[in-house]
Amino acid sequence: MIAPANKPFLQLQSISKTFRRGGAETEVLHDISLDIANGEFISIIGHSGCGKSTLLNLIAGLTTVTTGAVLLEQHEVNEPGPERAVVFQNHSLLPWLTVYDNVRIAVDKVFAKTKSRAERHAWTLHNLDLVQMGHAKDKRPSEISGGMKQRVGIARALAMEPKVLLMDEPFGALDALTRAHLQDSVMQIHGRLGNTAIMITHDVDEAVLLSDRIVMMTNGPSARIGEVLDVKLPRPRNRLELVSDPHYIHAREAVLKFLYERHRYVEAA
Amino acid sequence: MNALPARPVLVDTSAGRAIAAAPPSAPAIAETKILPLKTPRGRRSTQLMSIGSEIASATIPPLLVLAVLLLVWQLATSGPDAALPSPTKIWTESNDLIVSPFFVNGSQDIGLGWRVITSLERVFYGFGLAAAVGVVIGAVIGQSVWAMRGLDPIFQVLRTVPPLAWLPISLAAFRDSGPSAVFVIFITAVWPVIINTAVGIRNIPQDYRNVADVLRLNPLEYFWRIMIPAAAPYIFTGLRIGIGLSWLAIVAAEMLTGGVGIGFFIWDAWNSSRLSDIVVALIYIGVVGFVLDRLVALAGRIATHGTSA
Repeated sequence: MIAPANKPFLQLQSISKTFRRGGAETEVLHDISLDIANGEFISIIGHSGCGKSTLLNLIAGLTTVTTGAVLLEQHEVNEPGPERAVVFQNHSLLPWLTVYDNVRIAVDKVFAKTKSRAERHAWTLHNLDLVQMGHAKDKRPSEISGGMKQRVGIARALAMEPKVLLMDEPFGALDALTRAHLQDSVMQIHGRLGNTAIMITHDVDEAVLLSDRIVMMTNGPSARIGEVLDVKLPRPRNRLELVSDPHYIHAREAVLKFLYERHRYVEAA
Repeated sequence: MNALPARPVLVDTSAGRAIAAAPPSAPAIAETKILPLKTPRGRRSTQLMSIGSEIASATIPPLLVLAVLLLVWQLATSGPDAALPSPTKIWTESNDLIVSPFFVNGSQDIGLGWRVITSLERVFYGFGLAAAVGVVIGAVIGQSVWAMRGLDPIFQVLRTVPPLAWLPISLAAFRDSGPSAVFVIFITAVWPVIINTAVGIRNIPQDYRNVADVLRLNPLEYFWRIMIPAAAPYIFTGLRIGIGLSWLAIVAAEMLTGGVGIGFFIWDAWNSSRLSDIVVALIYIGVVGFVLDRLVALAGRIATHGTSA
């Protein structure tokens, strides 16, 4: 789990990604480099179509880089795996399994050899409790609300004990109140477990509230990292107190200016 | 694809009649309104009434239509030189077949219930084989774009070949009537299973594949834990069409095998001009086919937790 002190935990080394469709080539990402320390919470923010999700998929190993490399603890990432668990935007729970079984399938797979049956059962319940979903463990995804589904998605990802937790707009499809509630949960869990987390978002407040660093992407095609903002707010953070915190306001303003002044969203023709 | 769309129509037309048919339980409503303290009992009787009216609205319209059809049939065939038997004539001529499905008076003189069971056994083998082979082949095809492109047109052509047309080929290949009959049922029923399974598997959302990738499920785990459950609604649609087709093929198949099946019975009755018996056998086949369809639909609903029709 602990990387050598002088080497970064997760390294993106001049990544480019080009998609080919028919004869046409589109470069989505251009020369992305970023070092991420163990335990850091990183947000990636940018307008839609800037390749945020592609970047996350590259780290997850769901798609492969065209040039460059993703290194996790000095090992190149070229396929998906449970040490880089993904919380998908639309929760992606398996509708034919109960809430419990949706988490259990991950637990069974990841800890098949290292945990006994009883331990896997306990670990599944533990992770459901972590996101306060233990009460609904026997329900099916169709019987619970969107926010609850996303909680289960988070529990499933956490249950894999990932080295990096990847979240693709995890709260994008939720209403504002549920979103705030889940953001608090994620903050709390991150504080407790200290996972390295990378979150895609297009919500400025969410990025500032949760992150240690905010990576701002320029518009695509050939999106680059435009700017990286350090958010030096002490943890644990409280959303109500932060509203008037000068550093919070400053960080928020910096991201907004980046997004709406220097890199305004241009509607694709 | 299924018989369901017909149902809401039946329910709709009956709405008014169902209410009219339920006056005996109507006072229960009045009682609940006047004496709110007795709500539990009132609610139960209201519930009973709603169940009763539901049953009534589901059964009364088809029964009425049936009565009208029988009447029309009776009137149309009551003339002295009518080509087809009238319902009353069928009732008197084929009385034993109608009232007792399970009599045994000799090796060829047995109730239609026994014949249906013999035929069902054949369908069981043919359709069972079609289901197993169809799901596996469909899964393979659904996985590969090239297999889909290459095989789909061939399947689309083959699936339109009627069961009877397979008979000579089947006989030539197997040189024995028993396996040939099962083969005819199999070959009739297998196409919709293959095609629907393949489509179901092609339509598995990328999300589920991503989940499987992140979990590093191996191909076997992927097949059982993702592919089959995700494609289950499609598979069961295919199975439902398949069971219908395999029951359709039974007459063709049994013209070949002879023996005691319901299909052969029709062929045999035709050869000895027992038209009334044929009509009774047709009704047996129809009812059994309907029950088979509903059984597969029920199995599908149970297996997919209500997501399949």
